[in-house]
Amino acid sequence: MNDRRDGTIAGLAGLGLAVGGAALAAYLSTRDNKRKKHPDDSPGYTMRQGTGAYDVTGRTVTIDKPRQELFAFFRDFQNLPKFMENLESVVPAGAEGRNIWKIKAPLGQTVDVETEIVREEDGELIAWRSVEGSDIDTEGRVKFRDAPGDRGTQVQLIIAYKPPAGELGRLAAKLFQREPSVQARHDLKRFKMLMETGEIATSARRREDTRAAQQENA
Amino acid sequence: MMRALTYHGKKDVRVDTVPDPEIINPRDCIIKVTSTAICGSDLHLYDGVIPGVKTGDILGHEFMGEVVEIGAKSTLKKGQRVVVPFPISCGSCFFCSRQEFSCCDNSNPVEKQDASELLYGHAMSGIFGYSHLTGGYSGGQAEYVRIPFSDVGPIVVPDHLEDDKVLFLSDILPTGWMAAENAQIEPEDTVAVWGCGPVGLFAVQSAIVMGAARVIAIDEHPRRLELARQLGAEVINFKQTHVLEALMEMTGGIGVDCAIDAVGMEAHGMAPDNLLDMAKQKVGIGADRAHVLREVITAVRKAGRVSVPGVYGGLADKFPTGAFMEKGIQMRTGQTHVQRYMKDLLAKIEDGSLDTTFLISHHLPLEDAPKGYDNFLNNQNEWTKVVLKTDAAKAA
Repeated sequence: MNDRRDGTIAGLAGLGLAVGGAALAAYLSTRDNKRKKHPDDSPGYTMRQGTGAYDVTGRTVTIDKPRQELFAFFRDFQNLPKFMENLESVVPAGAEGRNIWKIKAPLGQTVDVETEIVREEDGELIAWRSVEGSDIDTEGRVKFRDAPGDRGTQVQLIIAYKPPAGELGRLAAKLFQREPSVQARHDLKRFKMLMETGEIATSARRREDTRAAQQENA
Repeated sequence: MMRALTYHGKKDVRVDTVPDPEIINPRDCIIKVTSTAICGSDLHLYDGVIPGVKTGDILGHEFMGEVVEIGAKSTLKKGQRVVVPFPISCGSCFFCSRQEFSCCDNSNPVEKQDASELLYGHAMSGIFGYSHLTGGYSGGQAEYVRIPFSDVGPIVVPDHLEDDKVLFLSDILPTGWMAAENAQIEPEDTVAVWGCGPVGLFAVQSAIVMGAARVIAIDEHPRRLELARQLGAEVINFKQTHVLEALMEMTGGIGVDCAIDAVGMEAHGMAPDNLLDMAKQKVGIGADRAHVLREVITAVRKAGRVSVPGVYGGLADKFPTGAFMEKGIQMRTGQTHVQRYMKDLLAKIEDGSLDTTFLISHHLPLEDAPKGYDNFLNNQNEWTKVVLKTDAAKAA
């Protein structure tokens, strides 16, 4: 396996998203998706059967913080590595709305992906996608809506991706525990912990035993 | 380095030398343990019937000691003497704000939640020293423990109350109390408690404090039944007596108003359903021995109340769905929301309305913890509660 391919598998999964442009839109949620194939009021990604070449995964958590506060924290992409485990850093790339995501890859390597924000609704939605010509084609979006009964905000992260290098690639990603749906679920829960408690729970007894420390030493 | 009781396999625990804990997150503190107890639920780990326990895990979730190190956001001070609740709780999530601390969303590490979500639908709070399903946190049968969210859990105790009086605030006293509370006792009620282990006995004591007219305690060990009697209960020895028939006769054919299962997943006894459950548990398919759970549902009166503090961890069949539904029973369960009860129960200990020391049969040095496990399991009549003392306790 050459270096680039190695990096791509981890990278796709690390971002939790890799997609050919329009696939995402079709799946986002019922409200976005009036196609006859979707039979009920649930988000499209909970359907038992997918309908295309793309896998769509999504996850919602309720965070007991105001919508605007969560939106603002997420919108500053430099905050993302604080809870997205496979991101080394996100830095602005010059043009407004453009960022370079540095993704952790196996064997201490990293992969860079430049993204642009393609849609933004203040306090409600951020959608991003890799720029034309990137090594990795990725897309994702996060939605914020008020939770009922004063419970804070429902945060929904939606990812559409083409399994990297087919089933084999996804298996490889899974071995690195970076399968996008698992990663999305874990990242969102870390986001919740960070916002609600100011820290991310670890059962390590010593600093060198935390996941972050072990990743660095891997 | 420190000494700590670690899990090595089924019925194999040892005191090993392991690295000290460190402060990791801002709200952490480190305590130097003075006293720590072996809990009945530790025996479920010892027996290998709780999934997700690994070699080298430090056990123990009933402990207290002195604060020796604090993180930047801990509200404790070095030198304070604290009792630590067994569930780890953030204090600010939806559940903690409703005082449902053992349901905390934020204390079980993210990567440990997958298995419980699969098994239970949801992940519960972290718990000290109690399998990786509840976080894989190092436990309290050790010289030092890292305490996450130290601004929420530990309660500072006054110096004039010695360890033995307050140690059980960590688990079994609030657990017995919540068990009685979950039975929603009304004046003139008759309450039956299955199991006279520490939680069962504290449930007996709590039910009486809460105003139950009669409490009937059920066990097989004469010494434990005697302790229940001293607290004011009538007793039934299930080895000698038909429990269901006895309860019906003792209540004039009505049945008990409230039934408390303080036994859980490793019920003893030779009833046919239990023998079958034992066989399944031996095979290791996550099957609980639910004999007592079935019996409480059958025994409780129509429209009665069932409370389950006894620990179950997997699945059970032959659950009496018919009796449960047709009789209109209410059932309340759960790991104890310890933090909700500590302050009030500390006050009751201080004013003398609750005593916890009657339970302790043995004090051992931490070094002898394996002996404590062996006897607490195999000599249940005499070994009613084991408290382990560290060297720090001697120095104090």
